[in-house]
Amino acid sequence: MRTLRSSASVAPLAAALIALAAFPYVGGKFYVDLVLTTMILSIFALSLELLVGNTGLVSFGHAAFFGIGAYATALLTPSANAPSLAWLLPAVLVIAGLAAAAIGVLSLRTRGVYFIMVTLAFAQMAYYVFHDTKLAGGSDGMYLYVKPVLAIGGFTLVDLGNSRTFYYATLAALALVFALLATIGRSRFGHALAGIRANEQRMRAVGFSTYSYKLAAFVLGGALAGIAGFLHAVKDGFVNPEILAWHQSGAVLLMLILGGIGSLRGAVLGAFIFVLLKELFQSEVLFGGFARHWQLRLGLTIIACAALMPNGVVAVPAQLRRLRAPVAHAG
Amino acid sequence: MDFAVFLVQCLNAVQYGLLLFLVASGLTLIFGILGVINLAHGSFYMIGAYLAYALAPWVATHLGGGFFTALVIGLVLSVAFGYVLEWGFVSYLYHREHLQQVLMTYGLILVFEELRSILVGDDVHGVPPPAWLAGSIPLGGVMSYPLYRLFISGVCIAVALGLYAVIARTRLGMAIRAGASNREMVQSLGVDIRLLYRIVFASGVALAVFAGMIAAPVSSVYPGMGNQVLIVSFVVVVIGGIGSIRGALLASLLVGFVDTFGNVLMPQIAGMLVYVLMAVILLWRPEGLFRTS
Amino acid sequence: MPADILLRAEGVSRHFGGLVAVDDVSLALVRNEVHAVIGTNGAGKSTLVNVLAGELSASGGRVQLLGRDVTRWPQPRRARAGLGRSYQRTTIFPRASVFENCRLAAQAHAQHALDWWSDAKTCGESTKLAERAIEQAGLAAQTHRTAGTLSHGQKRQLEIAMCLATAPAVLLLDEPLAGMGPEETDRMLQLLSMLKPAHAILLVEHDMDAVFRIADHITVMVNGAVLASGEPAAIRANADVQSAYLGEAPESAVPAPVV
Repeated sequence: MRTLRSSASVAPLAAALIALAAFPYVGGKFYVDLVLTTMILSIFALSLELLVGNTGLVSFGHAAFFGIGAYATALLTPSANAPSLAWLLPAVLVIAGLAAAAIGVLSLRTRGVYFIMVTLAFAQMAYYVFHDTKLAGGSDGMYLYVKPVLAIGGFTLVDLGNSRTFYYATLAALALVFALLATIGRSRFGHALAGIRANEQRMRAVGFSTYSYKLAAFVLGGALAGIAGFLHAVKDGFVNPEILAWHQSGAVLLMLILGGIGSLRGAVLGAFIFVLLKELFQSEVLFGGFARHWQLRLGLTIIACAALMPNGVVAVPAQLRRLRAPVAHAG
Repeated sequence: MDFAVFLVQCLNAVQYGLLLFLVASGLTLIFGILGVINLAHGSFYMIGAYLAYALAPWVATHLGGGFFTALVIGLVLSVAFGYVLEWGFVSYLYHREHLQQVLMTYGLILVFEELRSILVGDDVHGVPPPAWLAGSIPLGGVMSYPLYRLFISGVCIAVALGLYAVIARTRLGMAIRAGASNREMVQSLGVDIRLLYRIVFASGVALAVFAGMIAAPVSSVYPGMGNQVLIVSFVVVVIGGIGSIRGALLASLLVGFVDTFGNVLMPQIAGMLVYVLMAVILLWRPEGLFRTS
Repeated sequence: MPADILLRAEGVSRHFGGLVAVDDVSLALVRNEVHAVIGTNGAGKSTLVNVLAGELSASGGRVQLLGRDVTRWPQPRRARAGLGRSYQRTTIFPRASVFENCRLAAQAHAQHALDWWSDAKTCGESTKLAERAIEQAGLAAQTHRTAGTLSHGQKRQLEIAMCLATAPAVLLLDEPLAGMGPEETDRMLQLLSMLKPAHAILLVEHDMDAVFRIADHITVMVNGAVLASGEPAAIRANADVQSAYLGEAPESAVPAPVV
């Protein structure tokens, strides 16, 4: 039974944190922007890891909460004065969480394959809400004209309109979400979720009301995805319905399997690998005119990864070790 | 709305529902019997439509045939394709975790979409129905209804009856029904389970491709069509119950009516109505209307 | 009327469509008593256990646990109220240690279930319950071994230990002796004798020797209904039971009782 491992060694995590913090000073604008996108996607992936890796809930509709968080940010941002982070961020969290509660209450009545299909369908519904109605600009999307700030008295402490500040705010958010999920992973709640993943029936037989636990995980995962959506909206100053497309839900699942299910660092690693692969596949330098058919390469890679590395990159060292020295070990 | 309009919409709803049934029945069989969740199922529908578009001129020039010749060729191709795909790819998915199946078949969608893009391009195309079906029949005094749409409904009904006949009356059907609930038992009865799976999968593919082919003249042929039909098919399978053909039929018709009348009466939220329907059914029956296990 | 009835089933039945799996079954589980339920395959024994445990809802009849009507209660609620069950097929968590298996089971009853911050391993209450259960089941030496590496007999013991970790009053045991050799069977029967005074135990079993050694009361089921119910000697002598089993019931001398 696997609880979310943040693993014994903190050193690699610290190193990564320092590297990310130092990056804006060494990297060019394009790459800093890329890293920023990746950090936001990492938060998104981490939020899904709680569901898939810890609780065993394969949701194919997680992009809905990312999108709802982003749209909530855009809709709540006034057109003239910068909104305060102090209320905007909690509001987005609550809205994304409520949406997750509404969808979760219905979806969690189903199991296994039904659950996958149902979450996909509800995410499509959310997509149509933003795409077909005039609620938020329809298929054209909508803009944010000001970025949020955090001010006390007359002092502006944090201005997310400043790109450097925004970078560090995102890094801080990533670190906080990571730490939060690591704490949950070793808590009683986290262990209960892991048990549900391993054998839900057994957990019920022992006295856990598993539905409540699953719902709590689903809501938390949705709220955290909302934070990623918030950051996305603030970063680009623009939201459109495509961020709720089911391809996004598929992409984030792919990130998890690339990195390794059940591992927090795997989720972050998977996000980085995914972004790198996408950049690589779309590179005209490498593929010339064929670059626009990048989804073919992506599709083949997804198939190959899911088939050959079902436990993701973090498990590859162990896989290689097993291949090189085949020893019979207790199953 | 007056009666003639109502009748037209009913006919449209039935036609759409029946087409959906062809696609969803394949999906529910593949999941119910093979235990594989296949996201690429919508791609088969898309392949069918593009096949209809691409085959028609070829068949006309090389074989001197028309629409029906193209249909037959398409069917043969799709069965062969399904057979090979099961052997080379899908068989790998049995007994895998759902997440792996989901991701591998999702990768397959991307591959199919891009291959189509490379081979046939991204344009939207129209496919003309065969000349003798291109007319309309009068309904009441004022309205008329396209003959081809009636043809679609008729063909789908015929296929549905054929499916019923095979599943309820033949030994193959018995093996399929047994296989849905008890794989080991079927094997011990001497049925070659691998062959059974291959047949079921190829049939599912053929159903979806066939649906795409006959739908092409009314829905036109465009890149995103596979994804759209896939998700609605999922809704149908959830509502109807995995593995249940009866459920797929009932749910398809239900979805057909909700979607068609939704588009007429409440166009802004029409896109969402199907999901609201699904939500309502889930509240009442989380495993679908006719669950098999 | 025995005073200490911990679980009572009255007219319980369960159908699946047209198939009647459990037909109007009534029984009472009393403290300090092992009540065995026997019957041929398909007699409805496992279905009965599932209905009593709450995994399946009853199509008819009532179930009372510790004096309360739990017929409509879902399984987790019954488990928290003192109903423990073990499964025919081992359902332990193979990748966790023996200790963690029991600790997690005990956690269901510990306070602060939605506690998301404190380290689970420091949860005092569930740790104590787990240690006690492991001790009772005789697995103390295996406490930190990975559950998947245990022998079959030890895994069945762990299955029981997980039940015990929830401090139940009633134990529903579905074929705990399945796949066990004579030594392991003896150990398990000794465990059950030890547990008897504090619990009411329902035992579904196929091993007739074991049943006649340990049971204080036997109910025989055929086709979902109760064929006969009473003390072991009476059941053995019952002509209906003998014919239903076609001579499967041992007619030799009564085996030595387990001390």
